[in-house]
Amino acid sequence: MSALTIRNLTKTYANGVRALKGIDLNVERGDFFALLGPNGAGKSTTIGVISSLVNKSGGDVSIFGYSLDTERSLAKKQIGVVPQEFNFNQFEKVFDIVVTQAGFYGIPAPLAKERAEKYLRQLGLWEKRDKASRTLSGGMKRRLMIARALVHEPELLILDEPTAGVDIELRRSMWDFLTRLNGEGKTIILTTHYLEEAESLCRNIAIIDHGTIVENTDMRSLLGKLQVETFILDLARPVTESPRLEGFEVTLKDAKTLEVEVPKTRSLNALFVALAEQDFEVMSMRNKANRLEELFVRLVEQNLPGEQTS
Amino acid sequence: MSAREQWVAFLTIVTKEIRRFTRIWPQTLLPPAITMTLYFVIFGNLIGSRIGHMGGFDYMQYIVPGLIMMSVIQNSYGNVVSSFFSTKFQHSIEEMLVSPMPAHVILNGFVVGGMVRGMLVGLIVSLLSLFFTHLTMQHVLITVTVVVLTASLFALGGFINAIFANKFDDISIVPTFILTPLTYLGGVFYSIDLLPEFWRAVSLANPIVYMVNAFRYGVLGVSDVNVYASMAAICAFVVAFYLFALWLLRRGTGIRH
Repeated sequence: MSALTIRNLTKTYANGVRALKGIDLNVERGDFFALLGPNGAGKSTTIGVISSLVNKSGGDVSIFGYSLDTERSLAKKQIGVVPQEFNFNQFEKVFDIVVTQAGFYGIPAPLAKERAEKYLRQLGLWEKRDKASRTLSGGMKRRLMIARALVHEPELLILDEPTAGVDIELRRSMWDFLTRLNGEGKTIILTTHYLEEAESLCRNIAIIDHGTIVENTDMRSLLGKLQVETFILDLARPVTESPRLEGFEVTLKDAKTLEVEVPKTRSLNALFVALAEQDFEVMSMRNKANRLEELFVRLVEQNLPGEQTS
Repeated sequence: MSAREQWVAFLTIVTKEIRRFTRIWPQTLLPPAITMTLYFVIFGNLIGSRIGHMGGFDYMQYIVPGLIMMSVIQNSYGNVVSSFFSTKFQHSIEEMLVSPMPAHVILNGFVVGGMVRGMLVGLIVSLLSLFFTHLTMQHVLITVTVVVLTASLFALGGFINAIFANKFDDISIVPTFILTPLTYLGGVFYSIDLLPEFWRAVSLANPIVYMVNAFRYGVLGVSDVNVYASMAAICAFVVAFYLFALWLLRRGTGIRH
């Protein structure tokens, strides 16, 4: 069964802006799904409609088979939402925020408190339970929103930019937490600007731009579409001009650094053989940009109609 | 949501509201107690002793029911308008909108929260008044019914105000420019029978006149207007305001794109 099915979803705001122009999306149960797009592409509107914060103009949304139009209550019970902006009462205590959210789902106080403790502990916030939420750091506030979204134990967790403004160590621990949740069977949909995050965590991906889905496929197939990969090579000795290498585009960035575009049809072995023949010794090598980032930029710039594969 | 789940959700909102206004008691419970004490001292003791009797009672006794109602009106309205608007302003309304709670549970929760504060302040003011005068309740059922209806009506009014409010200024316009004048001109400090015929007729268009008089009838047994007609009118307003607020909430006015 699909965790989320969206059919021909449209949204036109009161000011006439067409944020969604008929998108179709399918997310399977247990998936770890990335929804990417530039600012203003329609990601947050899509999440807003799914989480009932935005009224749609047309189309259908169903969550685990429950229609948002006709089985709203059942559909909403399946979702936990972690929004982009902090949206809890800044004056309430951490523990009260989580317990109150459980109450909104009809969970009796004793069970709500039990679950609040469980998730606050898992997210490293138990020691802060009696603090007013406004006193937490940015990373803690974000974890609080995750605990709040999980307290009614939804099957589908939607996270809108969950690691924005979070330091690297915390981001890694949040990735581990989300991976563990997904391993336990929770379906996760993620929007992020950190494409490394999407590439590391997600199995399937949709790219949205100008209110339409421009790509919707699995991560492996998407990365397979990358025609050229760019590498930065650090040389052992300084050079004055870039080497001429058949089949590769080479730019001399500085005396000891080369930037090389390697087509998918050529192997790295061929590159190193060619460099060795011209007496270039390479000390280290790295990707110029994240692979997904290269694809993302290309797709969004071209806004090509993507092949709908799932 | 099952009925039991809805009940839990409703109690959650009410508890949250009570926790909110008791946490900030110096802003919510203390000021009306001080203000009303000043009214009792100045209008009741100092000026009232020179006015003499009104409606067959000491001036102090006459104004106490009106002052209690004034507290109930201002606080039930003020609680909901500020709480719901803050919820909108901080976007924590989204916590409720993503949940499966039906609109009527959200509305009932906020309205009952406002009623509790209105009636609690009314109780505080009533107890304070006992330091200044002797009060007996002539019609307990009418007194309680009028307080409950009035508190619910103004809590609903506060809710509607908060739905349409876009900035903090918008939540003080109605209390300052409509509610306070209507309350002061609603027969709190005088019997409308003292007014010239024209102004008496004008006063009858003020809904607060009916609430104050119905409550005064419950406490003192005297009223300038027909008590049962007043209660029927308040009930009609409560139903109309409730349906309007529910329609706005379901539609997502002011809270959903």
